[in-house]
Amino acid sequence: MSEIFTEVFWTTVLAGGLLAGIPLMFTSLGETISERAGVLNIGLEGMMLLGAYLGFLGAHYSDSVWLGFLTGIAGGMAGSVIMVVLCVWLGLDQIVVGIAITLLGEGITSVLQGAQFGTTYPRLGATPTVSIPLLHRIPVVGTSLFEQPLVVYLGFGLVAVVGWLFRSTNIGLNLRAAGERPEALDAAGVSVRATRSWAALSTGALAGLGGAYLSIAVAGVFTPFITQGQGFIAIVIAMLARGRPLLVVIGSFVFGISLSLSDALQIAGITISEDVINMLPFIAIIVALVLFSRRAYLPPALAVPYVRGAR
Amino acid sequence: MAEEAVGSQRGVASEPWRRGVGLGLRLVDVLIRSVLPVVLALVAGGILLEILGRNPRTFYSHIWLYGVQNGSWQDSAIRMAPLLLIAMGLTVIFRASIWNLGYNGQFALGAALVAGYGPSLVNHVPLAVALVTLFLMATAAGAAWTLVPSVLKARYGTNEIITTLMMSFIGVGLANILVKGPFQDPTIQTPQTRVIPLEDMLPSIPSTRIHVGLLVAFAAVLAVHYLLTRTAFGLRLQVLGANPRAARHVGIRLPRLIITAFLISGGLIGAAAAADILGLWGYVRADQFPAYGDAVIPFVFLARLNALAVVPFVAFYAVLSTGGDLATAEANLPSDFLLVLVGLILLFMTMIEYLGRRRELGGSYLTPGLSQALRSSLFWRKTAVE
Repeated sequence: MSEIFTEVFWTTVLAGGLLAGIPLMFTSLGETISERAGVLNIGLEGMMLLGAYLGFLGAHYSDSVWLGFLTGIAGGMAGSVIMVVLCVWLGLDQIVVGIAITLLGEGITSVLQGAQFGTTYPRLGATPTVSIPLLHRIPVVGTSLFEQPLVVYLGFGLVAVVGWLFRSTNIGLNLRAAGERPEALDAAGVSVRATRSWAALSTGALAGLGGAYLSIAVAGVFTPFITQGQGFIAIVIAMLARGRPLLVVIGSFVFGISLSLSDALQIAGITISEDVINMLPFIAIIVALVLFSRRAYLPPALAVPYVRGAR
Repeated sequence: MAEEAVGSQRGVASEPWRRGVGLGLRLVDVLIRSVLPVVLALVAGGILLEILGRNPRTFYSHIWLYGVQNGSWQDSAIRMAPLLLIAMGLTVIFRASIWNLGYNGQFALGAALVAGYGPSLVNHVPLAVALVTLFLMATAAGAAWTLVPSVLKARYGTNEIITTLMMSFIGVGLANILVKGPFQDPTIQTPQTRVIPLEDMLPSIPSTRIHVGLLVAFAAVLAVHYLLTRTAFGLRLQVLGANPRAARHVGIRLPRLIITAFLISGGLIGAAAAADILGLWGYVRADQFPAYGDAVIPFVFLARLNALAVVPFVAFYAVLSTGGDLATAEANLPSDFLLVLVGLILLFMTMIEYLGRRRELGGSYLTPGLSQALRSSLFWRKTAVE
């Protein structure tokens, strides 16, 4: 068995895990924010797809990955606007609207891609990377781990910022109050509707960025249904992370590694069918839910529309 | 039934002449709440087609042409069989305010087993025995695939939305592994099962091309309607759906009820796979399992979880999708355009529901508990279990 633990194997596992984990990290970080505020985004998958498609388009036509990431963010936010209007403002059922957003995202991106490119899938060039001085010279894993697109470093920065927002700012307190006890937030003179709207919008933005990273940097191409259920994985990561950004990062990379295992094992000369590997993250989630479901914590007002004065 | 309860609460049923007016009003309500979302979605879809440079009028007339005219209504009827069975599976479980979103995995597993064992089984035992065995096998597979989510929910209150979704992905993966592995047709390269000979598939209804699977589906509709409206089990489901705490207080054994409801739901969805494979396809190809369930969900809600009312909606969607497959191909669009229409129907449905709540249009498409169910902790839902 020793030959499978070669350098190449570990590089592929770690680098591949990082590559596959970044979209999950953005998306589940977003879901963490809105879950804290009491909005459950079952439509995350649709928002990721919208972000992936628009992000790809932006990068394809402008030849700039940054514009691509921006249009991706806009795409995800467009999806979450539906959520904000229907669920936060009108108080409609978050699950039904979420399913609708997922179906719409899947359908519309596939239709637009088909209407525009037919069955051809134009590719983007490699995303430019930035290497961290010194660290990228670490043997074996250095170049693969510490030479990433700039947006990845910004993403880690964002995780820290969100953690700081949650922990030590009024914004974080308001978000948590909106999820835990919205009437108290209302009584304190802060608008529950506005707090939740901003939370849901930032979720859409981050899911869009996650999708855009998937199509621009990971795949370099947009194919219909490119997310393959990653939006749902992100929801579970956010639930298990119990609102802690650091756990979101760890969870994302654990699942990222399980997504990248197939390539690594192939390099190691072990051929396990792709289907087995694709099932691994979902099996891992079932196991995690069985083991940890009692310790998972969700805000009591999650998915409950807030109506002032209602009991 | 919910509709009747609403009517009597309003007191319109007390005098005969007023009952007539009430019925008329109720009919208008039902039309607005159920048909308007579909109409709006078709209009919005038409606008999208216009933007894409396709002619919506041609597109929709093609749907009519390929879905109804020249005997193609028979193709639509054939497609109704699995759709109806899935819709019944969803109706049963949604009545109890439980989300079974694992339909794709349950369907794929049933389909893989039927297509895998079918070709050899029909050669070795009498045809009727083989067909019944295959039906039962798919039913058992679909039911078995709900066991993990249902036991987790019944014992620990683990949220079933997440577990059924995850089991669905695993189920589709497992079905792919089966099709590419043990069930692979050894004579060809394509990852697909051997084909059940045409003469060994489900017989047709005399003087049509429609296979008897449709009759099985209609029988299931009647059975589910009877189960939900005329039996103690149905009443228990409704109590659980309306208020889990009340269900516990009247002494309903919730774990058993939850698991039974899940088994019935998964079993019906597995049976849908058997009807589809034995009646229409005769084989399955890896990675090409139909995702009928996604499309059925909105119509189950539009029918207000009423088993009989599901039939016209499913008939509508069968025409839409049968005609739509060819119409999208002629418009040079992916058939995923139908997903857009389905998503739009869901969105418009919730919006009209909102207006309906404002204007007292009557019963909601969700049982009170279905939306309530999410209001306690998603993972640890004490009220639903103990």
